[in-house]
Amino acid sequence: MSEFLQHLVNMLVLGGTYALLGIGLTLIFGIMNVVNFTHGVLYTFGAYIMFIVVQQLGLNFFLALPVAVLAGWLLGAAIELTLLRPLRGSDIDTTMLVMIGAWIAMQSGALWIWGGVAKSVTTPFPEAPLVLGPVSVSWLRLFVLAAAALLILVTYLLINRTSLGRAMRATFQDHDTAALMGVNVDMIYTSTFAIGSSLAAAAGALLGPVYVIFPQMGDLAAVKAFAIVILGGLGNITGAVIGGFILALAEELGAGYVSSGYRDAMGFLIIIAVLIFKPTGLFARAERVG
Amino acid sequence: MRIALTILAFLALASVPLWLRDPYLLNALITTGIFVIGAMSLNLLLGFTGQLSLGHIAFFGIGAYVSALTSLGFDVGLPGDLRLVHAPWPPIAGFVLAILVAGLCGYFVGLLSFRVRGAYFVIVTISFAEVVRLVALNWVELTQGPLALTNIPSIALPLPGFGEMTLRTKMHNYYLVLVVALIAYLLIARLVHSHFGRAMRGLMENETLAVSVGIDVTRTLTIAAVISAAIAGAAGSLYAHYIRIIDPEVFAFINTVTMVIMVISGGKGSLAGPVVGGLIFGLLPVALRPVMAPEAQWIAYGSVLIAILFVLPRGIVPSLAQRFSRRRSNAPALAPVALTETGAKEPA
Repeated sequence: MSEFLQHLVNMLVLGGTYALLGIGLTLIFGIMNVVNFTHGVLYTFGAYIMFIVVQQLGLNFFLALPVAVLAGWLLGAAIELTLLRPLRGSDIDTTMLVMIGAWIAMQSGALWIWGGVAKSVTTPFPEAPLVLGPVSVSWLRLFVLAAAALLILVTYLLINRTSLGRAMRATFQDHDTAALMGVNVDMIYTSTFAIGSSLAAAAGALLGPVYVIFPQMGDLAAVKAFAIVILGGLGNITGAVIGGFILALAEELGAGYVSSGYRDAMGFLIIIAVLIFKPTGLFARAERVG
Repeated sequence: MRIALTILAFLALASVPLWLRDPYLLNALITTGIFVIGAMSLNLLLGFTGQLSLGHIAFFGIGAYVSALTSLGFDVGLPGDLRLVHAPWPPIAGFVLAILVAGLCGYFVGLLSFRVRGAYFVIVTISFAEVVRLVALNWVELTQGPLALTNIPSIALPLPGFGEMTLRTKMHNYYLVLVVALIAYLLIARLVHSHFGRAMRGLMENETLAVSVGIDVTRTLTIAAVISAAIAGAAGSLYAHYIRIIDPEVFAFINTVTMVIMVISGGKGSLAGPVVGGLIFGLLPVALRPVMAPEAQWIAYGSVLIAILFVLPRGIVPSLAQRFSRRRSNAPALAPVALTETGAKEPA
């Protein structure tokens, strides 16, 4: 039983960052209909920003997170403006391949700049974990959970309580009508991509210090983000949050009770099962056609 | 005209080992050729049924592992104190089994995944490939896991009356790959020009209409998936017996991406597309090697891909074919307007 509780605690920590990854991708996927393969690179990028700020510049650990968010936002906006805006109106396969090209180029760039050796970040948190009865959790992981929860809340408020968010939701429902109503769709697309990218960078900056940082760390993160998006339904933010936690739970239980080697497989098996039995995702709203 | 061009291209490729003596370049051509076969099989799904499979490398890898294990033999424990022991068979049997097993996997994946379409189909195929990779990584007793299967024998062709001919040299393997590629090409060409091929394209263009004229969607898509997977399995088998060492990295996502790049840059739905795209992107790293660091090569690889998509969004072969035919027919000053796939108006 205590082992199960421990898995639940781990699930909460992992699920928070997975949710961040998923929200970013589901916004881009849902609103722009772009299969964003650079999402994993942005995750990697966020982790390296953490490394640069803390290890190379010697600045405060807590300062690194907002820097990573901002850097992710800028890089996302740059990608959207240079690569996606000229291709507006192309089919989904074309933009997807352009994103794949950008992913390969940027990941190789990371390898070129920082090398293949894994990096780690020293954190200001004590080594000794917080012990609560049968479960223990490190202070770093608690911080990761709290920061992820905060970012999820901010994103939720941004989408549901601001005029930018309303314009984004309108564009998601029908971009032509939104444009007729005076929404600057080009600006919405750039903002969406920038916000999604900044969330991916935040997830990387948060999980980077928990694990290690290396150029290919984003690949699996990207595939998992896609899984979360499918699990939650396209463009569905609440679905992405729940999907993130479900994936984390599946991985924790799979690693704990089956074999740690199959940790990553569990998530995929669940996804295959979901798609067989409930193909539109667990929390699907009506999907936009066309 | 088109047939003459195909024969000419084949003869040109067949002549390569006669004048090219550089083993490094020959090796690059062989591995490129193997990936071109994989790309052709992917094109059958992506270009002719419109289904984007981002887990295609799974069938390639399954073919590689089946073929390697058949020719190496194995001895694994099963649940309930059973042991499955297999004595080594000739590699050619592994090649045949690779095709069969990969085709069978294609059947099951096809059945499952064609229940879902679009982005959902993409994620099912990615998930399938990841699960297979993790099994290959973790079922150490069978696959050696990350330690890799080594000393995989080269393919030996039985020649009646002369015993066997083991294909050890690069030149042998080059011709083997070329012949298999030709067979795959002709098979796919035959298929897409048949009644079945018309059914596939009908489905891709308008599924509702296709169903209304009596095309069985699931059957058509499943058959396409089986043939596509079987060809990918054959390519995987060739890869295993040529490289002679297989580890779970063969399932890496980048390998699927490589095949997709070959298909789309060359031109999906065009028979020659994967061959042209495959030769360009298979040999691009070779061309860049003397002038660039490995990381910079990959940056260039990604950039070239982006550039091709910006300049020739429909792929190299269809774009060139269109340009060529326009010149021949002396296009009128006022070009007619045609509807492209995306529905956007574009001068034809």
